[in-house]
Amino acid sequence: MSKIITTDVLVIGAGLAGERAAIASASKGLNVIILSLVPPRRSHSSAAQGGMQASLGNSAKGKGDNPTIHWLDTVKGSDWGADQEVVRIFADNAPIAMREMAHYGVPWNRVEGGPRDVYIKGKKTTIVEDDEKEGLITARDFGGTAKWRTCYTADGTGHTVLYTMDNLVVQHGITVHDRMEAIRLIHHDGKCLGAVVRSLRDGEIMAYMSKSTVIATGGYGRIYGESTNAIINEGSGSWLALQTGVVPLANMEAVQFHPTGIVPTDILVTEGCRGDGGLLLDVDEYRFMPDYEPEKQELASRDVVSRRMKEHMLKGKGVQSPYGEHLWLDLRHLGEEHLKTKLREVYDICMHFIGVNPIKEFIPVRPTQHYSMGGIRVNKDGHAYNMEGLFALGEVSCWDLHGFNRLGGNSLAETVVAGMVVGEKIAKYASKASLVADVGLAEEFTKTEKDKIARLFNNRNGENVYKLRNEIASLLTTHVHIFRFGEGLEKAVDCLKNIVKRTENVQVKTKVLGMNPELSSALRLEGMAKQALLIAEGALRRTESRGAHSREDYPDRDDANWLSRTLARWPDPKEDPIFTYEPVGVLDLPPGDRGYGGGQQISIKETIEEYNANVDIVQKAEGRLDPSEPTGSRLPKERWKEVQ
Amino acid sequence: MGRTLTFKIFRYNPNKDNDSPQVESYQMEETQRLNVFTALNTLRETQASDLMFDFVCRAGICGSCGMMINGRPTLACRTLTSDLPETIELYPLPFFKLLGDLSVDTGIWFREMAEKVESWIHTQEEFDPQATEERMDNDIANKIYEAERCIECGCCLAGCATVQVYPDFLGAAGLNRIGRLMNDPRDQRGDQEWFELVSTESGVFGCIGMMACDDVCPKDLPLLEVFSYIRRKLSKIELSK
Repeated sequence: MSKIITTDVLVIGAGLAGERAAIASASKGLNVIILSLVPPRRSHSSAAQGGMQASLGNSAKGKGDNPTIHWLDTVKGSDWGADQEVVRIFADNAPIAMREMAHYGVPWNRVEGGPRDVYIKGKKTTIVEDDEKEGLITARDFGGTAKWRTCYTADGTGHTVLYTMDNLVVQHGITVHDRMEAIRLIHHDGKCLGAVVRSLRDGEIMAYMSKSTVIATGGYGRIYGESTNAIINEGSGSWLALQTGVVPLANMEAVQFHPTGIVPTDILVTEGCRGDGGLLLDVDEYRFMPDYEPEKQELASRDVVSRRMKEHMLKGKGVQSPYGEHLWLDLRHLGEEHLKTKLREVYDICMHFIGVNPIKEFIPVRPTQHYSMGGIRVNKDGHAYNMEGLFALGEVSCWDLHGFNRLGGNSLAETVVAGMVVGEKIAKYASKASLVADVGLAEEFTKTEKDKIARLFNNRNGENVYKLRNEIASLLTTHVHIFRFGEGLEKAVDCLKNIVKRTENVQVKTKVLGMNPELSSALRLEGMAKQALLIAEGALRRTESRGAHSREDYPDRDDANWLSRTLARWPDPKEDPIFTYEPVGVLDLPPGDRGYGGGQQISIKETIEEYNANVDIVQKAEGRLDPSEPTGSRLPKERWKEVQ
Repeated sequence: MGRTLTFKIFRYNPNKDNDSPQVESYQMEETQRLNVFTALNTLRETQASDLMFDFVCRAGICGSCGMMINGRPTLACRTLTSDLPETIELYPLPFFKLLGDLSVDTGIWFREMAEKVESWIHTQEEFDPQATEERMDNDIANKIYEAERCIECGCCLAGCATVQVYPDFLGAAGLNRIGRLMNDPRDQRGDQEWFELVSTESGVFGCIGMMACDDVCPKDLPLLEVFSYIRRKLSKIELSK
C-alpha cells in the first residue's frame, strides 16, 4: 500500500501563482499542502527581473493610466487572441494586487518628485515626476504599452515578490513539501481527487487526496532545450492535465521567443543592447540585418529580429559551436564606459556566465524560447475544462490573458492577480466540496506509476533518455521556432510522432529508487514528446500568422478562419491527439491592427454579435464548466471608446 | 582552450544500499565559455547518468547550486572553468543535510530560519483593497532591496565557523533577514521584540567575527555592515533602557 496524505487543497507548484492561491485558501481556514520540485524560493518566478504591469498611473509617464488603457494594450498585444473578459478581470485587479504586495512587504520602487534623466529609445530625456505622487509606487517602461506601468523593485522584481509571498506562506503555516513531483492526477468520472506524487529525495511514490487540486507549475520552455526558462520548466504540470485525456491544452503553438540569449546557457541579455546601437553579425562577421530590414535594421521588433536571425542561420550563416549554432552581437563600439554603466547588467552576465568581455569580444547569441502563452485550458474562474475540482493558473494555464503574444510585465503580474482572483474561486470550491478519499482508486493510480518505473528499469537495449530529450529539443528548435514553414512543420510532426512511440522504450540505467535524476527525466519524457507534438501540429494546422505564431507561408492574420483558440486533447495514449477550436471569447474591441508586426488582415466573416452569440455554446460543448458568473458579465461594453 | 579537465567529484547516495562516500574522477575536454553548470550537465548526459546536483535558474538568481568548488563555497552556475586549474574538486556544501552527491537540503533550513525570525511584516493594519498604498521613501525601498537581494544559497553558512559548532546560530543569512525587517517601517515590531530575537547566542552575539560569510557571498551583500548595524541597534536599545 502506498502512503496516502489528505488535504483540502493541493497546490502543485510553489511559484508566485501557486503560493498566492494557497494563501487565499489558507486564509479561509482550509488545509493546504503545496508541492514543489524545489524549495519555493528557487521557483522560476524569482528569475523575473523586469516587473509587473498595473495601471497605478503614479509615474509622470504613466499619468492618466487606467485599467481600460491597460486592457486595450493587452488585447491588441495578444493580436486579438486573448479572452477580452479575462483581460478585463486582470487589468481591474492588477493595481489591487500591487498594493496588496506593498502592504505585505515588497519594496517597490517609489516616485521621487522632481526632474530626472532617463533614456528613451537610446535618447537622454528629462522627465519631471509629480511631487504630489512622491512615495507612491512608480513604474518603468516596457514594450507594447501606451503608458509606463511596469512596477518594479530594481532588477529583482520576481525575487522580492516571491520572497514576500513565501514569507506569507510561512506566516500562514502552510505546509510545503519540497522536492516532490506530481506525476499523475487521480481522477474519476470527470472529477479530480488528487495526485500521485514522487519524492525527489528518496523516490517514494504516494497519493495526495484533495478536494481541489491546483496546477501552477509554470511554462514548458525547456522542451525546446534552448530556453530562457529555468531548467525545471519541462512542462510537467501541463502534462498532468493532458494525461487525463479529457482536459485540453490550448494554443500550445503560441510560443514567444527572445532574440538575444547568450550561448551556452541561454540567459537573456536585454533588448536595450540593440536599442543602444548593438549590431548583429554572422559567421563572416558580416552585418546582415540591413539586408533583410533596410529601414529598421537591428531595431526591428523582437519577433522580426528573431525571425531574421533564424532565417540567416538556416542559410548556413550561423557560427558553429559545441553548444549549437549562434550569431554574434557586437557591442564593442559602444565603449567601456557605456558598457560598464548603462549596460552593466549585460556586461556582468557576459563576464560571469560565459567569460566574454563585451568591451573587446563579440557576444555569442541566438533566438531563444522565452514564454509559453498556451497551457491548460481553464474558464474565467481558473477551473479546468472537463474536470471538476481541477484548477490551473499562471504560465501553465491558458486563462487566456495573453492570446498569441504576451506583453512584457503582464505575465509576472498575472501570477499574483490570478493567484488572488482564481485563489478565491478555489477556496470557494473547496469549502463546498467533500473529500473523496477513495483508497482503492489511489492504489490503482499509484500502482500504474510504480509499474511504469519498473518498466523503465527493465527495458532492454532501450533508448537513452538524454539523447531522446535532445532530439525533441532539436526538432522544435529547427522547425517549430520563430521561423515557421509548412514543410518544416510537417517534418517535425512526423518525427515527433515517431519519438512519442520511442519514449515507451526508454531504458533507465541507474536502477536506484532514490533521488535518481535519470529516472526523473525519463518519467517526464513522454509528456515532453507529446507536448512537443502538440506545439508542432498546432503550428502546422494554424495556417495564418498571429502574434508570436508566424508562418512564412501564411503571413496574414486570418480572422475569417482563425479567430479561435486551439484545443488539443489526447484521449487514447496510443492514438493521435485530437484538435478542436473554440471562439476566443466575447469580443468587445473589434479585431483591428495591433500596430506592429507584418502581414495583412483578413476580416472576420460574421458580425461581432454573431461571433459573440456562439461563444458560450461552443465553449460549453468543448467541456467548459459553468463559471460562477455568466460569460461576459465582467466585460463592460465599449469602455475603450472613452480612451481611444 | 585545449585543456583536458579532471573533475574530482564527491559521490555518495544515501538511498543506495551499501554505498559509501568516495571521490570519483571524470575527464572532459574543455570547450569555449564553459562553466560548471554546463560541465556538470554534460558529465551527467555522457558519463555519470546518476550524478546528483541542483540547478534551477542557472543565472545566479535562485541560489540552488551552491557547492564547494576547489575548497570554496560558491555558485556553480557562475563559475567559469577557465578561472580554475585543470583539476576541479567538487564537494557538497557542508552544514546542510546531504541528499546525495552535490545536492544538499537547503530548503528545510531556510524554512525553519524564516519561522524562527518570523520573517514576515508584523503589522496590525488590515489590507484595504480600495485604499491608495502607504507612501514610502524611495531611498528606504532601495535600502530594503539591498538586503532583500540574499538568494539563500547557503554559501555563508557553509563558510561559517560558528554554525559548525553551534547549529542554532542564525548565520549571516538569518541576521541579514532580520536586518532587512528592522529597516522596514512597515514592520511594527518594537525594540524589546528585536532585542529578544537577536541578543542571544543564536543571534548576533553568536558570531565570532571570522567573517568568511562576507568573503564568500556570491551576491556581495554587505554582511559586515549588517552585523554592525544590528549590534549598534541592540546597544541603543540597551542604553535607552
